[in-house]
Amino acid sequence: MVAAGQPVWTYLASNWPEIRSQLAQHIVLSVVAVGVGLVVSVPLGVIAWRFRAVRSPILGATSALYVIPSLALFVLLGPLTGFEASYLTAEIALVSYTLLILVWNTAAGLAAVPEDARDAARAMGFSPSASLVRVELPLALPYVFAGLRVAMATVIGLVTVTALIGLGGVGQQFTYGFNTAYESPIVVGLVLSVALAAVADLLLVGVERLALPWGRATGHRRPRGAR
Amino acid sequence: MSFVSAIWHFFTAGAHWRGSQGIPQLFAQQAELSAAVVAAALVLGGGVGAVLGHSGRGALIGVNAANAARAVPTLALLTLFAVWPAVSLRWNGFLASSLALLILAIPPILTNTYVGMREVDPEVREAARAMGLTGRQVLTRIEAPLAVPFVMAGVRTAAVEVVATSTLAAYVSYSDLGTYVLSGLNTNDTVEAFCGAVLVAVLAGAVALGLGALQRVLTPVPLRRSTRGLLVGSRPGGRRPAV
Repeated sequence: MVAAGQPVWTYLASNWPEIRSQLAQHIVLSVVAVGVGLVVSVPLGVIAWRFRAVRSPILGATSALYVIPSLALFVLLGPLTGFEASYLTAEIALVSYTLLILVWNTAAGLAAVPEDARDAARAMGFSPSASLVRVELPLALPYVFAGLRVAMATVIGLVTVTALIGLGGVGQQFTYGFNTAYESPIVVGLVLSVALAAVADLLLVGVERLALPWGRATGHRRPRGAR
Repeated sequence: MSFVSAIWHFFTAGAHWRGSQGIPQLFAQQAELSAAVVAAALVLGGGVGAVLGHSGRGALIGVNAANAARAVPTLALLTLFAVWPAVSLRWNGFLASSLALLILAIPPILTNTYVGMREVDPEVREAARAMGLTGRQVLTRIEAPLAVPFVMAGVRTAAVEVVATSTLAAYVSYSDLGTYVLSGLNTNDTVEAFCGAVLVAVLAGAVALGLGALQRVLTPVPLRRSTRGLLVGSRPGGRRPAV
């Protein structure tokens, strides 16, 4: 990278190919983490909702993972995945941060399914698992989407920390700017990561509108109260 | 020497328990930075949130600005303040770190205070007015006490985030437990990095558990609610992870 001391636009223009590939790395890291997180979380959320006995352990474990600082988690995974800068280390940590949000929202979505809908499904002859897959989960999807939006914004921010273990997407601009003591790279990285989060959120809202026409009637009903 | 015994040596070496680079001193500096930031955030975020919640005006701007601030990566703020000549690495990185962490800590406190004030039953507010309380008295004697559980939830969220994220302050040369992690990573000393990460994780976990207990104790008894069931109380969807 060159021209760190130049104004933001000059810096961006003269380093665009490199910044573009960092942007691509950022998108890949984020999308894979949220995708894998979703695949792991929905079954866990269903289990947490269905079986009261394992609810506390599941939510407790995901909460505990959530509290570990990301830099520490990247390093703690070292003995498992090797201490080299690896996508595997970064992805395991990033996925683990999506679990609390997605598992909880899946379970909360199932908890919010109206009893009437469940009764109606039973009256129409649906088995419990058919009712789950064809009635309850679809009705829980607005909650899952709300969780996906938070998880995506969270992960896009966290990816920047992986710059300290040799990855980082546009987060590499922060360390580069710090090391050269110029603000242009940092401003570029900051604007790009915020813009990425905003675009991802808009895309998720768009997908939700298309995929869940029934979600619009209820809107984004979310549990209220102290956070 | 195996990895496990190297870790044992790290934690039992006397050199790691005294001096300016010892665990107690680095822990104290991390606690100092975090406490200063959370206290300042409570004054600023709580104050603005209370005023917005009381008047109900300007709330859209205030709360949205707070949420927008959440999208900014803390590493960006840390490095930006660190290369800004007016701040740079003044006070061994304390100034840059505390400013960056403050921007992280204000939003949860501000929004929770605001929500807590708005959740006050309008009838309670009208009853207070009817009893002759002035607007200021309604704020300080009625709304603020009733908002305490929300404010505390915000303080807890902010404190957990700040303690966890203060690890990154080591990157802009503030000495705390993150120093072990980063110096270990820089020198390929995996044992030092790993032990630093263990210390940081334990600290973050202890703060989360401790503040959870404190929050329950500080909440006025009639306002305590069960947080056992799903859907009651906390909504993790609104939380940010420890960075």
